[in-house]
Amino acid sequence: MSKVLETKGLTKYFYDPVKFQVLKGIDMTINHGEFVSIVGKSGCGKSTLLYLLSTMDTDYEGQLFINEELITGKSDKELAAIRNEKIGFVFQFHYLLSEYNVLKNVMLPGMKLGKLSNSEIEHNAMEHLKTLDMQEQALKMPNQLSGGQKQRVAIARALINNPLIIMGDEPTGNLDKKNSDLVFDIFKKLTLQEKQTLLIVTHDNDFAARTNRIITMEDGNII
Amino acid sequence: MNFKLIFNIAIHLLKARLKQTIVAAVGVTFGIAMFIALVSFMNGLNDLLDGLMLNRTAHVRLYNEIKPTLKQSIELSEKYKNSTNFISSIKPKDRGKAIYNSQAIINYLKQDNRIIDVAPKINVPVFFNSGTIEISGVINGIDVLPEEKLFKISDYVIEGKVADLIQNNSIIIGKGLADKMLLAVGDMIKVTSAKGNLASLKIVGISQFGIAEYDNTMSYTSLATAQKLLGESTNYVTDIQVKLFDITTAPSVAVEFQNKFEIDAIDYQTANSQFETGSTVRSIISYAVGVVLLIVAGFGIYNILNMMIFEKMDSIAILKATGFSGNDVKWIFVLLALIIGLVGGVFGLIFGFVFSSIIDVIPFETASLPTIKTYPINFNPLFYVIGIVFALLTTIIAGLFPALKASKIDPVEIIRGK
Ligand SMILES: Nc1ncnc2c1ncn2[C@@H]1O[C@H](COP(=O)(O)OP(=O)(O)OP(=O)(O)O)[C@@H](O)[C@H]1O
Ligand SMILES: [Mg+2]
Repeated sequence: MSKVLETKGLTKYFYDPVKFQVLKGIDMTINHGEFVSIVGKSGCGKSTLLYLLSTMDTDYEGQLFINEELITGKSDKELAAIRNEKIGFVFQFHYLLSEYNVLKNVMLPGMKLGKLSNSEIEHNAMEHLKTLDMQEQALKMPNQLSGGQKQRVAIARALINNPLIIMGDEPTGNLDKKNSDLVFDIFKKLTLQEKQTLLIVTHDNDFAARTNRIITMEDGNII
Repeated sequence: MNFKLIFNIAIHLLKARLKQTIVAAVGVTFGIAMFIALVSFMNGLNDLLDGLMLNRTAHVRLYNEIKPTLKQSIELSEKYKNSTNFISSIKPKDRGKAIYNSQAIINYLKQDNRIIDVAPKINVPVFFNSGTIEISGVINGIDVLPEEKLFKISDYVIEGKVADLIQNNSIIIGKGLADKMLLAVGDMIKVTSAKGNLASLKIVGISQFGIAEYDNTMSYTSLATAQKLLGESTNYVTDIQVKLFDITTAPSVAVEFQNKFEIDAIDYQTANSQFETGSTVRSIISYAVGVVLLIVAGFGIYNILNMMIFEKMDSIAILKATGFSGNDVKWIFVLLALIIGLVGGVFGLIFGFVFSSIIDVIPFETASLPTIKTYPINFNPLFYVIGIVFALLTTIIAGLFPALKASKIDPVEIIRGK
């Protein structure tokens, strides 16, 4: 089983207003096809950890490996390419581009990657929207969607480049029970059918309990 | 970098803020249009004034100047060759104003294929007599045909004909003089030369150059009449005027003739250097105003882009989170600036052309410029090239700072901020 994600002694400080260690030497490994959840008290550093893992935050100590390749120290451009190709990110808030319609929002990371033609990307985007039961909304603008619908668009966008791993920071935090179950089912289906690796931060104990593995954090440590 | 995608994103951002972008582009349009109109007009004016001088002035003028001999006799002496010689109280040597061997020089010059034509001239300082009053002036004895060919004096003859000068004892006088002395075509005028020779000449025309000093003093007669007035022989000529095909060679040609004919030669550029300064200053002013207008437009672009970045923080964060690098984001905003600059600039060129064309047909009639009917405009394509280059340059510079700022936006900061 290959290691999709691995950290060695990941440490992070905040300096403002006072020096404060958020992450205290995190060692963890995520294997291919795993559906892992991260839980912990509010303020224990889950989001901070996820930003490090997603390569968006580079101000840390320790090492980060994606697909057994050292990521720490790479340039902004290389990191952008890694985020584009290997990582799908689903935020707590939907974060769609208000200038583009749903379909274009999903297609954009694919167009950036540029490995497929636009018509192929469009076809794949439609397929993803279909599995998420969103094909009817494809031509709507983001502001014409409900919260749960936006979240599903964000998931479709995370899937468009067939990433190694999908990370989510409380992707169901804003949704009601019904919608959050729906999103969970989508994730579950992805791990079962596509062997998609998932790493999801959540406060929802039900949600966590149904994943393969739970990582519990406390005060910047994994326990 | 996927340029098409970047361009597409830039266009979408632009559409979301259409009104402000139009305002920013209009700023550029205004700047460029004013720049084009101003520079075209100023240069038109320069050309007109240059033309006034150029039409009346020889490119190279050969004459004898009264001046001291350059090589004093002592310098020719072997004995004092290596010593420092002080000579005091040098007086200029009078070689006479006549050009020695003028006919041979003229014939020689007419063979030179760099030269359009050669016109000999005699400068006769005179007094015009009217009753007891004497008005000082100058009679130019001219060879009518080459003079007309080179300087188009018929343009300035408002009454009578230049060709009539060929008759003996005829004269064309300036309008200022005619008005002062109440003379008209057909009247006789009495003239006294410096040597006291008196002559009575028939007025066959009245000229107006639009420069009071000329019109009050200048008059024209034929070479033969001028020679007779001075009591000189038929080879007597004081000036040889030369026009060249290429005016820029005038200084070197002047030096060449000066050495070859051992005569004084002055070129157009040297004779009119103060005039050139005026043209240069006018050009500088028009460029300065244009640049200032563009800088103002540049600030407009800077503002809109800064505002856009502030409003589009979220979009920038999403783009970065989904795999666009800082460089990509920078290009999106540079492209935005470029689109504004290009669209604004092209419209600016169009409006600049329209404004210039309007100025070009506004009537501008003044007695002093008989050949000019409308305001002068120079439609030089170079101004349009400079205009669009300026437009793009200012917008790129104005866009670069916001673009760099956008490229440095940290997505984590924004996502965490929610
Ligand atoms: N920009 C910052 N500057 C200083 N301290 C920060 C900053 N961002 C977060 N922190 C602190 O770091 C700690 C971890 O924050 P983080 O957002 O990772 O918590 P979390 O586990 O995601 O909490 P939650 O479950 O409430 O989202 C918190 O104590 C927070 O106050
Ligand atoms: Mg959090």
